[in-house]
Amino acid sequence: MKKKTPMDNTAEIEQEAMLHDIASILRTFVKEISNLIPILQMIQEKHHYLSPRALQMVAKHLKMSSSEVYGVATFYNQFRFYPPGKHQIKVCLGTACHVKGGDIILENFERKLEIKVGETTPDREFSIDRVACVGCCALAPVAIIDDTVNGHMAPSKVEGLILGFDIEKEREKREKQQSEAKQ
Amino acid sequence: MKQNSKEKLKEVFASIKMDAERRFREMKGDSSQNIFIGMATCGLASGATDVKAAFEEAFSEKGISARIIPVGCLGHCYAEPLVIIDRPGFPPILYHDVTPGKAKLLVKAFLEEDDPVFEHLLGAMEKNDLIPWIMDFARFNQEKRVVMANSGLLDPEDIYQYVAKGGYSALVKALTLEQEEIIHEIQDSGLRGRGGAGFLTHIKWQLVRDAKEKDKIVICNADEGDPGAYMDRTILESNPHQVIEGITISAYAVGAKKAIVYVRAEYPLAVKTTKKAIEQAKEIGLLGKGILGTDFDLDIAIFEGSGAFVCGEETALIQSIQGKRGMPQPRPPYPSQRGLWGKPTAVNNVKTMASIPPILNKGAQWYRGIGTERSPGTAIFSVVGNVLHAGLVEIPMGVTLRTLIFEICGGIPNQKSFKAVQIGGPSGGCLPGSSLDTPIDFDSLTQAGAMMGSGGMVVMDEDACMVDVARYFLDFTQKESCGKCTFCRIGTKHLLDVLERITRGKGRQGDIGLLEDLSLDIKAGSLCGLGKTAPNPVITTIKYFRDEYEAHIREKRCPAMMCRTLTAYYIDLDKCARGCDACVGSCPTESIFTTKNRKKGIDQTSCVKCGECMASCPPEYDAVRKVSPPELAPRIERPQETVTHG
Repeated sequence: MKKKTPMDNTAEIEQEAMLHDIASILRTFVKEISNLIPILQMIQEKHHYLSPRALQMVAKHLKMSSSEVYGVATFYNQFRFYPPGKHQIKVCLGTACHVKGGDIILENFERKLEIKVGETTPDREFSIDRVACVGCCALAPVAIIDDTVNGHMAPSKVEGLILGFDIEKEREKREKQQSEAKQ
Repeated sequence: MKQNSKEKLKEVFASIKMDAERRFREMKGDSSQNIFIGMATCGLASGATDVKAAFEEAFSEKGISARIIPVGCLGHCYAEPLVIIDRPGFPPILYHDVTPGKAKLLVKAFLEEDDPVFEHLLGAMEKNDLIPWIMDFARFNQEKRVVMANSGLLDPEDIYQYVAKGGYSALVKALTLEQEEIIHEIQDSGLRGRGGAGFLTHIKWQLVRDAKEKDKIVICNADEGDPGAYMDRTILESNPHQVIEGITISAYAVGAKKAIVYVRAEYPLAVKTTKKAIEQAKEIGLLGKGILGTDFDLDIAIFEGSGAFVCGEETALIQSIQGKRGMPQPRPPYPSQRGLWGKPTAVNNVKTMASIPPILNKGAQWYRGIGTERSPGTAIFSVVGNVLHAGLVEIPMGVTLRTLIFEICGGIPNQKSFKAVQIGGPSGGCLPGSSLDTPIDFDSLTQAGAMMGSGGMVVMDEDACMVDVARYFLDFTQKESCGKCTFCRIGTKHLLDVLERITRGKGRQGDIGLLEDLSLDIKAGSLCGLGKTAPNPVITTIKYFRDEYEAHIREKRCPAMMCRTLTAYYIDLDKCARGCDACVGSCPTESIFTTKNRKKGIDQTSCVKCGECMASCPPEYDAVRKVSPPELAPRIERPQETVTHG
């Protein structure tokens, strides 16, 4: 087994805090099977993904088997089972976006960030997903980053958007250093 | 209902309405200048938030008193963000493509100096002598708005605006009628379910009403999963109260005390506005216990769908609310007999619900007067793709595809020619130019091989490859197949494999026949609408565009040059300008190199065929070419690494 690094430790602490919070979320729901999907939605909304431990806790709460919960969760596209990046990129591949080259946009994100669709960058900054239509077909092709809808995408715009985040990150880092230096 | 309680009901509503009108006047009263900004999802995506901020900033800077009213969507997505400015001395004027800069210009020129800035306006909302009226344009005057009549004209988060414009009066009328009378009225109107299949609404209602069970449920289906269709979202975001009023009337007619709106979680704004609308209706006694002083109770809950296309099917939707995998169930029993929790359930689409209040207000005969004999009323389409005036269009049934695409939506941009129109999403079909005179109604479209579906309409020009379009839809339905029926689960996978093979230039003789046979088998062997209609895109593209399939299979050529494996870009050295570097920077994979005589070449081994070089090449040179099959591209070798300067 790999030797534990301080990074693993923080991840464990995060995990524990998350499970603790999920337990308190569960307490607010009546133990009824019809609450399964709303519970999963609530957990994902707060923690952005469903971990295996979380699914087990839900199963226990609703007195179902974990496999049943897993079966329902994997049936729906909305749920994800790995932590997403800090910035979630969703590329629309609806009909209108497809006709206008949405797959090329997706490919550019994949190439630029060196990950495939459904994955998260190793530094947990970005993750890429495909969505089946966000209903902004007149602006195709569309990509959603966090909660901002970017219409009329082009490969060069992909570069620009990622560059924008990089610059922002640099700036934050610099400001942090400056404020630390002041202290 | 007894006469005196009818009178009381009317009295209660009259006081609500008076209150609403007073608030509406007050809202307009404190400043006579009103700015309406379209802030549904399309508007927001085009930057309406920044536009609103720009207006606010300009007002506070200049000390102008004007009121900004966020409204829903007018359906003119091609021109977003849209702004209507209503001020004394002028008719309300509609401005298109408003940027923050344009907003400031409008404040200065129009609000301060009374110049309506003709070059930026789309038209006036009322007839006048100064500015062209929007109703003089085909995109406006050929529409017939019933469901979307108030979309984009009122604040969806303010129930009083809806009431002041006559909202909820249909509910009052309904509550004074017997339940049977309402169902009769709907029967007379000939309303057919707007979810796609076109089932007669009154039959569903009658079945639920006649069921012996005491508890009954009404579900409003807003699980709009069709890629390319977004009218349900727009209606809920722009005028949720019309839908809620429709749900309330239908619940009263069938005898339900509980209703559920099933909305996709991917539509966060629609969820938010609907939630708010339900709360507001409850606050003023239009929902909840004893609605308007009668003994009719109704609770409406929202259930957020989790993104499964098959959940648009009513039995799958019901499974999903019960916390299960959304798998369709065999019918009968129909949901109207045994639905949610085994109780009789009426499931109706958002557009069906929103059609109910106008029908009750204006009468069944009025509704019958719109549209055709067998498909009365209007149809809403989201016309997108390669079309000039994309957006939502509400037309009377019976208008031809040609009128819709070429007159109302302005035809195909960039001097390209029309190739096909895809109607009804993954379940629909692609119709060619020869079908353009098909009238739009439930039966004619099905006859032509497409279907009304949820109303998604994607217009494709000569650059669209029909084999790839069929592959795209199969990729979608294959992923969304719930896996219950073998033919749908495995058959669609095989269809997709064959189509992928063809688009990659590996098609075999006999593939077309194989696709046709497999399609018929899948249709025959599937339980629900998803499997029964999944092969439609394949069947219609083979029927109308067989030559494209043959070109892919026999010549390894994509006639539309869309299948990337079968195309290549190259640079025409006779046209390329020495020393111009425009394309080099645009290439995401650094595949463009400089030849010995300082022109450019494309390295075919690393090119990903994104087309950026073609877009970036200055029009005066226009040197980038696209060919299919890729062997047609002349080979230009990348020169050996030489000493570079700089």
